[in-house]
Amino acid sequence: MPTIKHARHGLAASALLGLGLAFSAPSQALPISECIAPADPGGGWDFTCRSVGKLLLELDLVDSPVQVTNMPGGVGAVAFSNVASKRPADSDLVVATSTVGMTQIAQGQYPGGADTMRWLAMLGTDVGVILVDDESRFESLDQLLETMVEEPDSLAMAGSSGAGGWDHIRALMLAKAAGMPADQIGSVRWVQFDGGGPAVTQMMGGHVDVVSTDLGEIAGFIESGDVRVLAVLSEEPLPEPFADLPTAVSQGYDVTGYNWRGFYTGGEVSDEDYTAMVDTLQTLYESDEWKDVAQQNGLVPLWRGGEEFNDFVRQSIDEVETVSREIGVIQ
Amino acid sequence: MDILTFLAQGFAVALEPQHLFLALIGCALGTLIGALPGLGPVNGVALMIPLTFNFGLTPTAALILLVSIYYGCMYGGRISSILLNIPGDEPAMMTTLDGYPMALKGRGGEALGLSGVASFIGATVATIGLTLFAPLLVGFAIRFGPAEYFALFVLAFATIGGVTSGSLTKSFIAACLGLLLGTVGIDAVSSVPRYTFGWFELYDGIDFIVALVGLFAISECLVFLEDTRHGSKPTMKLGSAIPGMRSAWQCSPTIARSSLIGFIAGVLPGAGAALGSFLSYTLEKRWLGRRGDFGRGDPRGVAAPEAGNNAAAGGALIPMLSLGIPGSGTTAVLLALLLSMNITPGPLLFAQQPEMVWGLVAALFIGNVMLLVLNIPLVGFFAKVLQAPGWFLMPMVVMVAFVGVYSLSNSAFDLYLMLAFGVLGYVLRKLEIPTVPVVLGLLLGGQMEYNMRRAMSISGGDWSILWNSGISIGIYAFAITLIVAGLVFGWMVKQRM
Repeated sequence: MPTIKHARHGLAASALLGLGLAFSAPSQALPISECIAPADPGGGWDFTCRSVGKLLLELDLVDSPVQVTNMPGGVGAVAFSNVASKRPADSDLVVATSTVGMTQIAQGQYPGGADTMRWLAMLGTDVGVILVDDESRFESLDQLLETMVEEPDSLAMAGSSGAGGWDHIRALMLAKAAGMPADQIGSVRWVQFDGGGPAVTQMMGGHVDVVSTDLGEIAGFIESGDVRVLAVLSEEPLPEPFADLPTAVSQGYDVTGYNWRGFYTGGEVSDEDYTAMVDTLQTLYESDEWKDVAQQNGLVPLWRGGEEFNDFVRQSIDEVETVSREIGVIQ
Repeated sequence: MDILTFLAQGFAVALEPQHLFLALIGCALGTLIGALPGLGPVNGVALMIPLTFNFGLTPTAALILLVSIYYGCMYGGRISSILLNIPGDEPAMMTTLDGYPMALKGRGGEALGLSGVASFIGATVATIGLTLFAPLLVGFAIRFGPAEYFALFVLAFATIGGVTSGSLTKSFIAACLGLLLGTVGIDAVSSVPRYTFGWFELYDGIDFIVALVGLFAISECLVFLEDTRHGSKPTMKLGSAIPGMRSAWQCSPTIARSSLIGFIAGVLPGAGAALGSFLSYTLEKRWLGRRGDFGRGDPRGVAAPEAGNNAAAGGALIPMLSLGIPGSGTTAVLLALLLSMNITPGPLLFAQQPEMVWGLVAALFIGNVMLLVLNIPLVGFFAKVLQAPGWFLMPMVVMVAFVGVYSLSNSAFDLYLMLAFGVLGYVLRKLEIPTVPVVLGLLLGGQMEYNMRRAMSISGGDWSILWNSGISIGIYAFAITLIVAGLVFGWMVKQRM
């Protein structure tokens, strides 16, 4: 995969970039002045940038609004390669990412590995859920997994990622934990929709049987009672209002599936600027306001920052790579 | 009546001076953004979100502002379609087909007036539908699974031959070209990149805004450049908007049918305003058969897509508010706004946030009236735009096109892609191949393919799922009827000659 773009393209981009920098020059002292959301407006990464940007201003951690730049393409690959090649040393730029971006790196879909960037922090995490319709024949996770193992081709599962994406992998990790043999894993039918909400409504319409996705986006359906939660994929039960939902761990399946939200910055940012950015994010994380925003959006506030986060990302990439290999997504 | 009580409360909210002011600003801005090629409702709404935070607007106020912009864009898109043959955004594309010929005949004012009224009626029908039927329609929309969506797209493509008045073969070639371009990008089902040549910029596929602006705005400028005999654009008489009212009355059956079709297309998540205006236009053309003068400046060809796309825009709010699923790019942005303001749309929204929901509905009614009032007197102002000399107008169009496309993804790559589409559009025009089906193929092909493959994933590869439900069979029957009727009609016309 070529990472070098056309020279002309680069030239035009840097000319435009130069223009942008000339305009934004006065705000140099800020630790964070721009957030790249590597997706179209409206998605999870866009939400991460916008909600964090808004809070940074409200908490007076920055003097002027954080500019949110949408840079969609390649599930984050366009933003990744843009920062790697053109803005590796920008000391006031953060890029939103999550488990989804990390999965892409683990499966070799980005132009570079984890070392290309400096990983700043995660601020919270969404939690995977396994759902069925409220009138489904499946009353418990045991029942569902038993059917999956015995007749893997009798079910249609759906989620917001394509085959081999995080929603799919999490569901298959559960099937593996329930004793599904490796050669059967490919026969579970997986249907991709453009988001967790569409997947759930398709399930309510009776078009698919089970949904594996993140809690945050579909919390409204749980509260209204239109769906039945068979398992949440967290270690501990969630805080209210989801405290009653059973975890997979408590039902005897040692599987967790978080989708954390966090940020990286360019690989050539100095230690001093890196620390300043991590500190700013930590102050934000410790505020009550962040806890409220996180909770109302189905995120569990969870902090890992600086070097600890760097190590965590590398370790997680190894894990996802192993699972992807086991289920045959990558060779 | 519960609904009337709620609606009355909603009007109390919407009529607060601050909300009225925001609705007015939103309508005016939206019309402008919609009229500029390349800038559409998605950018307009996305650009406004930071401002709503800066001004510390309440969720209700912010939503009123953004939805007014959204509705305004649907009105504005038609202006450049009619006057310049350059659609302001993708739902306005169908309006070029008869709107521009009308303008060439000196009936531009009439077309603007008529489309303003048609937009108003379409949007009002949709808002009334939203008020009365939101909960019921949710039940209808969830019965649409992948197989039913596939049938809907089959219907769309069955009517594609009727889009333009030119040769059927050429429309078909254009549609295939669009379908081909639609396969570029990461395949969402298997995550395999297709025809991306290692360029990450192509991983998300070709943005249809880029294609649209290139095929229409840039190629229009190229044609203009080539046409050296006209140092300036021939001055077109605009005429008054008043005949528009009269023809609106004559077109009222068309407007009624199109509003309904557009509304249904809007309610179905993923179908969106473009499909609404497209189906309204082609079905109306089929309905009227040879009695119409479609493609050569038939007023009904202006009324149908405008009523359709405004109705679809209103309809698309239903799945967004009541299911939390965005039916289009714009509603996705609105959804993000709600989420970042700690409001979770979903089945409980109407019960938990009645003030906001009904305030919004009331604001839609008010915004609609504002837009109609704003738009009719402005016809005179638009006349000035039309009379601006080409050496001034065309560079402006190119500049706006570049800014608009760059604002989409901050990517220079898209600018090159837009230029390439401009050249393609120029070549197609020379070959007299219509460009509209290219964009339609690009716009609808991907969703059609994904829904077919989702259906296949669900059934485990059993094709019979595609015609296993009453809804799909109904849609196929309708599509076949249209095709057969077209053939029979054509045969009868030939016999008579």
